Amino acid sequence: MVTATAGPSASNAVTAGLGSLPDVRAVAETVTDPELPMLTLADLGVLRDVWVTHTGTVVVSITPTYSGCPAMDEMRADLRHALRAAGYQDVEVRTVLEPAWTTDWISTSGRAKLAKAGISPPHLAPVRSPGPIRLDLRDTVRVIRCPQCGSARTEEQSRFSSTACKSLWRCRSCLEPFEHIKEI
Amino acid sequence: MGHNDHQDDFADAYGSIAADNDEHRWAFGSGFDDPLAGVDTSVQSGVDGTDLATYCLMLGDDALVLSHRLQEWVSWAPELEDEVAIANIGLDLLGQARLLLARAAKADGSDRGEDAYAYLRDPSEFRNVTLVELDNGDFAQSLARLLIFSTYRLALLDRLRTSRDPVLAAIAAKGVKEVTYHRDYAARWMLRLGDGTGESHSRADSGLTAVWPYVDELFAPHEVEVRLAAAGIGVDPSSLRAEFDSVVAEVLSAATLTEPARADAPSARGRNGEHIQALTTLLTEMQGLARSLPDATW
Repeated sequence: MVTATAGPSASNAVTAGLGSLPDVRAVAETVTDPELPMLTLADLGVLRDVWVTHTGTVVVSITPTYSGCPAMDEMRADLRHALRAAGYQDVEVRTVLEPAWTTDWISTSGRAKLAKAGISPPHLAPVRSPGPIRLDLRDTVRVIRCPQCGSARTEEQSRFSSTACKSLWRCRSCLEPFEHIKEI
Repeated sequence: MGHNDHQDDFADAYGSIAADNDEHRWAFGSGFDDPLAGVDTSVQSGVDGTDLATYCLMLGDDALVLSHRLQEWVSWAPELEDEVAIANIGLDLLGQARLLLARAAKADGSDRGEDAYAYLRDPSEFRNVTLVELDNGDFAQSLARLLIFSTYRLALLDRLRTSRDPVLAAIAAKGVKEVTYHRDYAARWMLRLGDGTGESHSRADSGLTAVWPYVDELFAPHEVEVRLAAAGIGVDPSSLRAEFDSVVAEVLSAATLTEPARADAPSARGRNGEHIQALTTLLTEMQGLARSLPDATW
């Protein structure tokens, strides 16, 4: 069985720190994303769960944003390092594939941090209608505001940008390019 | 990479970096872990592990080989934006391939690494369909192939989300989100080319005609697919044809293109390990470094 976690807040099993050690979840929540360093893995919704087993092993579960995310190994190493530095020697990082990551899990503070860094945060992910997945042949009319000047006069340049999770946009008011986290 | 935990000799910069490699990568993306690390990969009762592994190789090899073909476009695409898009699509497929090959290794009990499958198998051990190994041709032909492949794969993954194998189901659920973008990208390009200039229309038409003979093979069920479909683990590809036809017809109609006539079915059956010369050439390039320097790390 793939470990299933119901949602980003389903971490009630988190225990407090061992003895005088800092709270284990608080430590895991300080680790940032290697490609979006303004966000923590918790902000991004990639950090799914943190708990301590009865034998004292810290188990952290993370989920990839996209199947080809090259940063998963980096995240595992960063989490192990942060927890060991805080005094937790026995750390296990597990991959959780199900449920699949969605941009809806990016936290409110994460969205604010993205906007501050000049990256347009995602809208709500599309809701799947019954039947086969529909083609999207024309640009859907939706407002993506320029994170620099706030203008709504923007246009999509490409569905794919410097990382799989972003699309490339241009503002027609201030003429600056910017990236938008695309909804999945 | 050698581990030597307590030898912090800063006179040897490389050694000091390598010594702590588990914690501090010396280069981003260097060294790959098991993509299924920590995922429960036990095989459900009543499921034949060998069949499941073969099936994972079929779907994994499709993704791996097409990913390589897409990577061949890097530095050759018509616009920078398309270069980035095609590389991203190739990366998504590579990620799907890694998960599927890793799943195969757990299912057949060999527990070999994903690299052993990718780099150390001969062409006759690859289970991908012929469509993905064809040479790229021009941009229009590559996009026609991508439209056909992603339409087929999206229909397949969408049904695989309810597989009784929880790992396959999870890989599929994730892949559906990715391939939806791939299919839209290819479909929009077919529109631009088909409904563009006389030259672009003609290129799109020729590209489609060149890859069309390999469509039927996608939907011809292999015995492993049939057995696993009956067991609720896999998908019978013949069940995908109606959705495929309807989606492709919608794109071609909007692109002012017509479906090519059915050509003689080629004899190669990729799912059986029968391939054309193009795969051998592709693997020679893809596997060359790993085979000549089997212990290389970077």
